[in-house]
Amino acid sequence: MTPEPGVRLRHRHLLGIEPLDAGEIGLILDTAESFLEISTRPIKKVPTLRGRTIVNLFMEPSTRTRSSFEIAEKRLSADSLNFSVSGSSVSKGESLLDTARNLEAMAPDMIVVRHSAAGAPHMLARACRSIIVNAGDGAHEHPTQALLDAFTMRQKKGKLAGLKVAIVGDLLHSRVVRSNIFLLGKVGAEVHVSGPPTLIPPGLDRLGVKVVTRMETALEGADVIMMLRVQRERMVRGAFPSVREYFNLYGLTEERVRLARKDVIVMHPGPINRGVEIAAEVADGPTSVILDQVTNGVAVRMAVLYLLSGGAGSELAS
Amino acid sequence: MPANNDALVMDEVKIDRTLTRMAHEILEKNRDLEDLVLVGIRTRGVPLAERLAARIKDIEKLEIPVGVLDITLYRDDATTVGPHALLKATLIHFPIDGKKIILVDDVLFTGRTIRAALDGIIDFGRPSSIQLAVLVDRGHRELPIRADYVGKNLPTARDETVEVHLKEEDGRDEVHIVRPGTTSRRTEERAAEKEKKKA
Repeated sequence: MTPEPGVRLRHRHLLGIEPLDAGEIGLILDTAESFLEISTRPIKKVPTLRGRTIVNLFMEPSTRTRSSFEIAEKRLSADSLNFSVSGSSVSKGESLLDTARNLEAMAPDMIVVRHSAAGAPHMLARACRSIIVNAGDGAHEHPTQALLDAFTMRQKKGKLAGLKVAIVGDLLHSRVVRSNIFLLGKVGAEVHVSGPPTLIPPGLDRLGVKVVTRMETALEGADVIMMLRVQRERMVRGAFPSVREYFNLYGLTEERVRLARKDVIVMHPGPINRGVEIAAEVADGPTSVILDQVTNGVAVRMAVLYLLSGGAGSELAS
Repeated sequence: MPANNDALVMDEVKIDRTLTRMAHEILEKNRDLEDLVLVGIRTRGVPLAERLAARIKDIEKLEIPVGVLDITLYRDDATTVGPHALLKATLIHFPIDGKKIILVDDVLFTGRTIRAALDGIIDFGRPSSIQLAVLVDRGHRELPIRADYVGKNLPTARDETVEVHLKEEDGRDEVHIVRPGTTSRRTEERAAEKEKKKA
């Protein structure tokens, strides 16, 4: 058999969407397409990463992303080790760098890291030999979430370029929104964002998106509505008077969905707060693709791990 | 650039006749066709499997299902050889439990592709048997694997390359031996295409 010409990511680590170009994004999405099929097989496992060790270093609570990475690793036959903050030496005062160095002394090939501080994965990438995958750093980036969102949009709409995407909710604390804005801008989609003025970070309009405070304006004619979770645990003081008022102004109801295109899809990175940012009948309704996002997340993370493992030790390391 | 002096060993007519003969051999060996399925290994095993299925249909008036297998994820050098091959979908949309599978590829060389393909197939179920059909067997096996149906045995030097061109992929049907130090027709065409794109 004649092998196909080799292709790879230009980056050794996946630290964010910002450094990727449209070609690399396309490569990840195309590769994920093939991995999606593996999850439908009777034996949902391939031997590709056999003998590789991946540490899931989650310094912040996460069920969805960590489980998704863990399933992706297991389906690629990698050995994975879960490291969470509770019950670890971090709770005894050890620094992130010391934790990572200790883990690295056990020779993992990759470290998937989630941390509440923006830039933590970048620091690890400089200090460790392992390949680093950012699974969310503070309010900075969440690259695999943006990739799975784009994958879902492309799957449902057949394209990304020219789509009108409305992102609504707690923009201030969201790392998902930053990664999505970077990604959608690179692939030619039009992004409109909306949320309470107290939850819109200053300078967001400089990222090439249209910022409006009235939700309905953002929703008009949208191909995709992406709702963001109200991250009350990150709010140092109340950003809005009450949940009821928030829902009245920024909650996605069936009535508001009708402002968008007929074939609109409703997305949410999860976990959802029913009755806060989204009505239950919309979350469970026919326009919702929230569970498809979860399914696609495994395929996208398999693609990322697969593609990065091909570049291990490469001279192209960034 | 080195000269193109590769040797043409099979042309369109020869490939056509060879596939017809192989289809007859498959039918002879597998009298009960009910459980027969063909699986082509990407890339050029796929059109070959489709052509064999079409020949079998001509002869027996029976549609044989054809699957597509991508072995990229099953390569034993997947994590040691640098850049990965572009992954393409495996498409086996029929149950393979209890089936007689004819695995089809263009060239049988070291046997490592076939080993990977066997691993891949087993992940889809438990076939009753797996047989191997290849257009060219060029020798130099590194694993104990042999083909059940061989279009042409082609003794080659280790450093030579066997190139199979098929209409579906390359616009013509030809098999070449490319000698070391020479440029294959396919490489020349790719270079010309690149130049054209640049211009």
